[in-house]
Amino acid sequence: MIEKTAVELSQLLTSGACSSVELTREYLNRIKQLNDSLNSFITVCEETALLQAEAADERRVAGDTSPLLGIPIAHKDIFCSNGVTTSCGSRMLENFVAPYDSTVVANFNAAGAVMLGKTNMDEFAMGSSNETSYFGPVRNPWDTERVPGGSSGGSAAAVAADLCAIATGTDTGGSIRQPAAFCGVTGFKPSYGRVSRWGMIAFASSLDQAGPICKSAEDAALMMNVMAGHDPKDSTSANEPADDYTRELNQSLDGLKIGIPKQHFAEGLTEEVERGIRDALTEFEKLGATIKEIDLPNNHLSVSAYYVVAPAEASANLSRYDGVRYGYRCADPVDLEDMYKRTRSEGFGDEVKRRIMVGTYALSAGFYDAYYRKAQKIRRLIKNDFDNAFKEVDVVIGPTSPHTAFKLGSKSDPVAMYLEDIYTIAVNLAGLPGISVPAGMANGLPIGMHIVGDVFAESRVLNVAHQYQLQTDWHKQKPALEL
Amino acid sequence: MAFDRSEVEKVAQLARLHISEAEADEVTSRITDILNLIDQMQAVDTENVEPLAHPLDMTQPMRADEVTEENRRDELQALAPQSENGLYLVPKVIE
Repeated sequence: MIEKTAVELSQLLTSGACSSVELTREYLNRIKQLNDSLNSFITVCEETALLQAEAADERRVAGDTSPLLGIPIAHKDIFCSNGVTTSCGSRMLENFVAPYDSTVVANFNAAGAVMLGKTNMDEFAMGSSNETSYFGPVRNPWDTERVPGGSSGGSAAAVAADLCAIATGTDTGGSIRQPAAFCGVTGFKPSYGRVSRWGMIAFASSLDQAGPICKSAEDAALMMNVMAGHDPKDSTSANEPADDYTRELNQSLDGLKIGIPKQHFAEGLTEEVERGIRDALTEFEKLGATIKEIDLPNNHLSVSAYYVVAPAEASANLSRYDGVRYGYRCADPVDLEDMYKRTRSEGFGDEVKRRIMVGTYALSAGFYDAYYRKAQKIRRLIKNDFDNAFKEVDVVIGPTSPHTAFKLGSKSDPVAMYLEDIYTIAVNLAGLPGISVPAGMANGLPIGMHIVGDVFAESRVLNVAHQYQLQTDWHKQKPALEL
Repeated sequence: MAFDRSEVEKVAQLARLHISEAEADEVTSRITDILNLIDQMQAVDTENVEPLAHPLDMTQPMRADEVTEENRRDELQALAPQSENGLYLVPKVIE
């Protein structure tokens, strides 16, 4: 039962074939069996999950038919959850018990979803392999010697290993889509501002966006119906009405114009991933879509511009961790400056400190124009490339990552790690919606296909992904896990 | 732009981070690599390009200046490493 999609589980719950309490128990058992080896969860909320499941069953008896009522969910440990530790994968917040729910968590609670726990992640969402977590790396369920991707690696691995039905993630440069690709699940980053960032611990505020990690595009649509919408508490939240994201799922793709960026099929892309994506493109042609090569001439600058914008914003956001109001404080400070410095040096890991320093340097006196302003101008060029592309095509499709999941410990050079997000970062800079869906296997590891739409074209992206999943069963493949 | 150990110390001070002697060389070389990656954008002419601050070019909304938050001082202050009588405690600043 635990391998089913949320849509299928919802039917079982509605028909009375099982209760949310039974379902929740199954997932909690599965977590007990597998979390020691996968390290997907930082916190498991056994007691409150069962209480939430009981409440969901009562709501159903009372006639509530909310689609996610009683469905067990895992939240990335970046979303504040009232009364539960919210660590953000950092020693800095190891003992931080959030005093309130983030809007995302509150919305899922209101929809009746059952929170199983909080998932592991790269520290402050800075990483592409989950190896920067203070709580140790997550392991990829397809091969436990490999990384699950990052930064939402715990959520992606949990969905892949059936430790939960659905999960949340956040994506600043690819942190939902790349782990979804590596773990063979569906991961969707909505347009910037589509989902409230309130109560979601900030990394880079002009890029961060929350989204679903789940087993199908149809499930992603159901989750988006809960997550999306304007939130007065987030001043960057989009004041645009949210769609019913399930409405266009069944629209035909006959006549769909797909653009494939020549820069995403160039040097660096592995043969097996290219083969998987090319096969997927022929599936779209069978459905009546036409394929056209497009040019994103500034794509190669996206990683450079991102590594100014994201660290600069991070250095400002993370200045709040000073050992005064909450979080870690060093032992026996001799004076205030000693307290700030040792608190931050002991509380943050190496990658977080590196990014704070790069961002501080880029924003320091005399360098603003050469770095931050220059990067914002490059950001405009990157957005213009997409604007031009969407004059000619409906969606842009390519690989999510140049290769499949790599081995733990194999990328110790930060710059090599940064280049992991070469196909996903531009989408964050431009604020667009993008999904990764499973599209083939290579040597026993999943391949991810990236589908990008124009701003607020979430429904279109989900429609294209869903139609592909009706034709293929890559998203139903499961890793063989030893219990 | 050369980034050397003296720059590391300056930036670490600005960011209130302590970088030990043992770490300094490695930190310098890692950050130099990152700055080299970043510097690829310097080759592009952006003379007449308008900077993009918000991905959707939206501006911040205004709201009425009204108190909407409830007072939760005690609960929030309970999270502090050290507090007393409604105040946050830090090492002594003024003699």
